[in-house]
Amino acid sequence: MEEKDKTIQANVPVIDSKIPEGPVAEKWTNYKAHQKLVNPANKRRLDIIVVGTGLAGASAAATLGEMGFNVLNFCIQDSPRRAHSIAAQGGINAAKNYQNDGDSVYRLFYDTVKGGDYRAREANVYRLAEVSNNIIDQCVAQGVPFAREYGGLLANRSFGGAQVSRTFYAKGQTGQQLLLGAYSSLNRQIQMGKVKSYNRYEMHDIVIIDGRARGIIAKNLVTGKLERFAAHAVVIATGGYGNTYFLSTNAMACNCSAAMACYRKGAYFANPAYVQIHPTCIPVHGDKQSKLTLMSESLRNDGRIWVPKDIEDAKKLQSGEIKGSDIPEEKRDYYLERRYPAFGNLVPRDVASRAAKERCDKGYGVNNTGKAVFLDFSEAINRLGIDVIRQRYGNLFDMYEEITDVNPGELANEINGEKYYNPMMIYPAIHYTMGGIWVDYELQTSVKGLFAIGECNFSDHGANRLGASALMQGLADGYFVLPYTIQNYLSDQITVPHFTTDTPEFDEAEKRVQDNLDKLMNIRGKRSVDSIHKELGHIMWDYVGMARTKESLEEALKKLKELRHEFETNLFVPGTQEGMNIELDKAFRLQDFITMGELIAYDALNRNESCGGHFREEHQTEEGEARRDDQNYFYVACWKYNGDDEKAPTLIKEPLEYEAIKVQTRNYKS
Amino acid sequence: MDTNISFKLKVWRQAGPKEKGHFETYELQDIPTDTSFLEMLDILNEQLVEKGEEPIAFDHDCREGICGMCSLYVNGHPHGPATGATTCQLYMRRFHDGETITVEPWRSAAFPVIKDLMVNRNALDQIQQAGGYVSFNTGGAQDANAIPISKVAADEAMDSASCIGCGACVAACKNGSAMLFVSAKVSQFALLPQGKAEAKKRVKAMLSKMDELGFGNCTNTGACAAECPKNIKLSNISRLNREYICAKLSD
Repeated sequence: MEEKDKTIQANVPVIDSKIPEGPVAEKWTNYKAHQKLVNPANKRRLDIIVVGTGLAGASAAATLGEMGFNVLNFCIQDSPRRAHSIAAQGGINAAKNYQNDGDSVYRLFYDTVKGGDYRAREANVYRLAEVSNNIIDQCVAQGVPFAREYGGLLANRSFGGAQVSRTFYAKGQTGQQLLLGAYSSLNRQIQMGKVKSYNRYEMHDIVIIDGRARGIIAKNLVTGKLERFAAHAVVIATGGYGNTYFLSTNAMACNCSAAMACYRKGAYFANPAYVQIHPTCIPVHGDKQSKLTLMSESLRNDGRIWVPKDIEDAKKLQSGEIKGSDIPEEKRDYYLERRYPAFGNLVPRDVASRAAKERCDKGYGVNNTGKAVFLDFSEAINRLGIDVIRQRYGNLFDMYEEITDVNPGELANEINGEKYYNPMMIYPAIHYTMGGIWVDYELQTSVKGLFAIGECNFSDHGANRLGASALMQGLADGYFVLPYTIQNYLSDQITVPHFTTDTPEFDEAEKRVQDNLDKLMNIRGKRSVDSIHKELGHIMWDYVGMARTKESLEEALKKLKELRHEFETNLFVPGTQEGMNIELDKAFRLQDFITMGELIAYDALNRNESCGGHFREEHQTEEGEARRDDQNYFYVACWKYNGDDEKAPTLIKEPLEYEAIKVQTRNYKS
Repeated sequence: MDTNISFKLKVWRQAGPKEKGHFETYELQDIPTDTSFLEMLDILNEQLVEKGEEPIAFDHDCREGICGMCSLYVNGHPHGPATGATTCQLYMRRFHDGETITVEPWRSAAFPVIKDLMVNRNALDQIQQAGGYVSFNTGGAQDANAIPISKVAADEAMDSASCIGCGACVAACKNGSAMLFVSAKVSQFALLPQGKAEAKKRVKAMLSKMDELGFGNCTNTGACAAECPKNIKLSNISRLNREYICAKLSD
């Protein structure tokens, strides 16, 4: 108790995460045994809004519909099937132990907590590991074509941060297949009339009535009109905020505006500094680039990451005098295998990304910008043959070739009888955001009746997410957690009649949204949305990126303030508000990305330690590894909005309490 | 890799669903060939905005060739001249200096234009809603390894399931048929034991919905499979026909 008190400042309120009683392995069972439920007749009387149709949103909307609730489901794209979950390549984790390699619910739980650098909430992670097996059963029953062995049973592969093979996959298109599974269940509910689907709609605000979330204001992106929707509860499943950095692996429409609307209405925003930088992306090629392309982490199963041992070789690579395949085995530095013998190329993403940056910063980068390392399949191709490798990664090789004009499976050189194939070039890029809307154990935000699921909440990955765990979390929240926990909230709402949208609260919310759109249209400055967004991206990557310092973060906050001023005085949006206006929609999102950028910087500045995806240069060991400060920062940082985007938010702490796992320094060396 | 090209872009502009559309020609200078086709459009849009004009509306999202959102008809081909790739995976190195590149939206009775190059593909969702699923509620599943499925069937189902629902097959088809799209989903479930129970109902429901929504019929020209960015095979349509005949015969 004493230990805990030390870490909490006396004047800051502590928030209740509603973690159930009992040992960690029994909490979810206990919760379900004692929670309140809604009977079938009453479910018909309750309406639920679900914003988003990714893995979390689609699975939640479908499951709530199956249960009998009336669901209103919104997506920004032209079809629910296009949400960005579809782009996940590698796989989904589950603790099935089908490979008999020692996996268990506890081990998946442990690996996830450790991978998250001991900054996740233990109880949530255990529940995630517990329901992981149900997800695989569920998806197979839906007809998801997972990869199989010749005996007809499911195949697995290994992923970063684990010493077992627990990742289920469908070629390099696992996210697509899981999303299409959820989409098919959603379609069935749409057909049955239990889910009403609104495509090409974007949420602009949450409507709060008597302290509870009761509806949303959404813009019909085709007509340009604002529309009102009311419900007994609102679920946000709108993904992460990676596009704050302009260049990321997120889709173009991914944005944080729904999350920011919740934040402005009183939902705390937790751990925004925890941003995942994925080690295996195709390097940036020029200033006209619109987004970055991820190459699946599964490539690290057979691909070996290296840079030259000799700086001279690196210089020749940078000037284009030689190619990677000209450098023989003994002159290659497989730095991950060298530094982390136990996990080698399969260290977690944050570790792999920082190691790449370290080599490139020292001058060992392998392309003309000096910001790339090699991912090489020569050894695997020589061992297994090109056919096996193509079967495993063929579509990724093709994708790489289409973008870069280089075929990684092509024999490029032979030195002393050793065959060398074209290596890929990779570099880290913004990929996923662990931070998000704060939720309690029930996935409810600090606003009553407002829930957040999937990437847009903060709960399960701590400071770093392991590969193949995002799909797991999205589907766990949507299929198996929220449909239970939301009933505990709705059980006392059964006498509340269906809402009308004809209330002063809706009037006021719509007016605020309309005023904001008018404001954006009427700035009539000189700069396009994208030009300001690119500038934001540069500030974020340079000062709030892979390595942060107190000085860089203070500088970022200063620059962001200037950028907000530039946005508010010099933005130009062409066209009108009649019908579709893509520039206006982008301007609306950029406005929130700027606020988000500040929030990330505030949080990063506050957290005087390095952990997971958050690396502060002042806090590292002599070997360059992250140094945590459990004494002072063993908490979830929750940020409360102060009524104005220009005012600094207030920090509220949720102390972490670990019962099952001993908190220690992460070790991937032995 | 670092060469630049200049060319003319003939683009379909249409202000709204009910407005009359027309081609507009733009000149683009010094575009690096390692720019993607959509990035090239971004550059043009940026120039238009700078001139105070409205940018060209086109659908796009993941830019990795998987979401199925992008849908441009480039030089007479859905998704342009590259095979097995979506518009977002098309790079300017496929084009030549001085060329005129024509860009249109998907043209099909079932896909009305919303604005410029953007069309409404809601009809594809409606076909899926008619039966593209296994009727199964969350929570009731048996263990995932309870039913072994041969690797051959699983791999083939995966190939069919790769369809991204972009609608290129419809745009390529002279009849505006969605047969390749429908057959991909029907095949996925026909190949897997999970889909068997509702197979007959599914194939009839999805085909009748396709007819109802104004898609044309299949005359086996094969343009759909030739243009499909995910290489969905024509044999799926054969399987669909078999499934349909079997379902009808058992009526």
